[in-house]
Amino acid sequence: MSASIIIFYILAAIILGGGILAVTARKIFRSAIYLLFSLIGIAGLYFFLNYEFIAAVQIVVYVGGIVVLIIFSIFLTHASGADMQEPKLIPALFSAFAACFACALVILLINNHTFIPTSNTVIEPTVKTIGRQMLSTTEHGFILPFEVVSMLLLAAMIGSIVIALKTKPKA
Amino acid sequence: MRIFLSYSFSALATFIHSFLAGLISNGMFLLVTEMVITGVSLIVFLVLLCFFLGYMERRVAAFMEIRLGPNRVGPQGTLQIVADTVKLLFKEGLTPDSSDKFLFNLAPFIMVVASMLVVAPIAFAKDFQLYDINIGVLYVSAVSSISVIGILMAGWSSNNKYSLLGAMRSGAQIVSYELSVGLSLISIVILSGSLSLGDIVKSQENGWWIIKGHIPIIISFVIFVIASTAEINRAPFDLAEADQELTGGFHTEYAGMKFAMFLLSEYINLFVVSAIAATLFLGGWMPFHIGGLVSFNHIMDYIPSSLWFFGKTFFVIFIIMWFRWTFPRLRVDQLLTLEWKYLLPISMVNVIFVTVMAIMGWHL
Repeated sequence: MSASIIIFYILAAIILGGGILAVTARKIFRSAIYLLFSLIGIAGLYFFLNYEFIAAVQIVVYVGGIVVLIIFSIFLTHASGADMQEPKLIPALFSAFAACFACALVILLINNHTFIPTSNTVIEPTVKTIGRQMLSTTEHGFILPFEVVSMLLLAAMIGSIVIALKTKPKA
Repeated sequence: MRIFLSYSFSALATFIHSFLAGLISNGMFLLVTEMVITGVSLIVFLVLLCFFLGYMERRVAAFMEIRLGPNRVGPQGTLQIVADTVKLLFKEGLTPDSSDKFLFNLAPFIMVVASMLVVAPIAFAKDFQLYDINIGVLYVSAVSSISVIGILMAGWSSNNKYSLLGAMRSGAQIVSYELSVGLSLISIVILSGSLSLGDIVKSQENGWWIIKGHIPIIISFVIFVIASTAEINRAPFDLAEADQELTGGFHTEYAGMKFAMFLLSEYINLFVVSAIAATLFLGGWMPFHIGGLVSFNHIMDYIPSSLWFFGKTFFVIFIIMWFRWTFPRLRVDQLLTLEWKYLLPISMVNVIFVTVMAIMGWHL
């Protein structure tokens, strides 16, 4: 067993353990914290694969953004100190079934898939190449999806401002 | 003499590496041993640095308020901070009865780990850097955002309304000021064309960015210092702690070494922020060079690169400490107004100016 395999299993244990604890914790704030560990574990997996850029983006977006947002909404809306009610038996049973079947499906697909090694040259995943690829207009460039996504984000931003906008009460 | 003058720790690092390589033949054990040595020496360095910063903060405060400051324990009061640490060590680390005990005890560790991780890509001297990661600047801004989770965790798990209020304030503050910090860092990334801190220092060989980049970079330096003072929760942006209103904010319930760990992470954050400012805007370990004046540049090269780095870093630290005793604390609405109505629009326009400057090649 080499060091990289050990590191992989530690990361996998953090990700899966965090995920399981996040759905089984009785306090909603604790769930958010366990979810955070799971997401940091995924960032660690990206670091392990030498995808530093994606790892940093994972931390910026999910840890610094999404989890903080989740925690804030818990603080503002929920009785965060109280225990959540026990799940009812029938829904819990069905969720367990759904999880098992989804897991089985994924394992089946991965086992039946033949992974073909690519003959393309390895591209260094530096920020420069990612940026060039993102804005390139040639055949394998991503300029169109990039712009579409930015339009979507702009629309979402304008929408949230419109919702939050205070209307002056009529005199 | 010449070796001494151009000394930059890299010779020491190479010596230790070759010494250990002679002792340990297995490559993996060698790597692990070196990692342990590096980690331990980094932790010792940061703790000693925090001792010094604690002393410096009190002396600077006393200097600003025309009083003496600590001057009884040890020569000029230098051992005062050791006495304080011993006191904190002997105090009981209380855990409140109705708190969430696991998260309450975890929060200080998250804070310290998050702030120590950010030290990794900083170049302390010429060829002396722990990890020259190719996304250095992005890594710094990503990892430093973990500390907000530690604050929110500490505030919530204490089960105290003052702690929770402090945590909420600090969360809102860090999330908003992160934007200005990011935008002012981007202006340097645009000019130097690299995210790696090593490359950014090398790009300042013929002059620091604050000189080469004209007024836009000076603006982004000022914005960076203001916004990062807010991001590390220091006065005048210390609403999260706000002694008079919140009796200490998110760390109200902490005592003993658990409290000391919050203090440790605060001082490490102060050092990191100043070191990043020194690296990006003031040239890191790069000596002060003026293009054309060969003999002047040569004299400047004789000052060791580590001295340049620490000199610049402590200059920025002094400025941030100066703030603390100059400005009154902001209200929450003033805090958010400053960020969203002033700093953010200014830094957005500033980024456009910097981009134009980089495209036209107007920088020196």
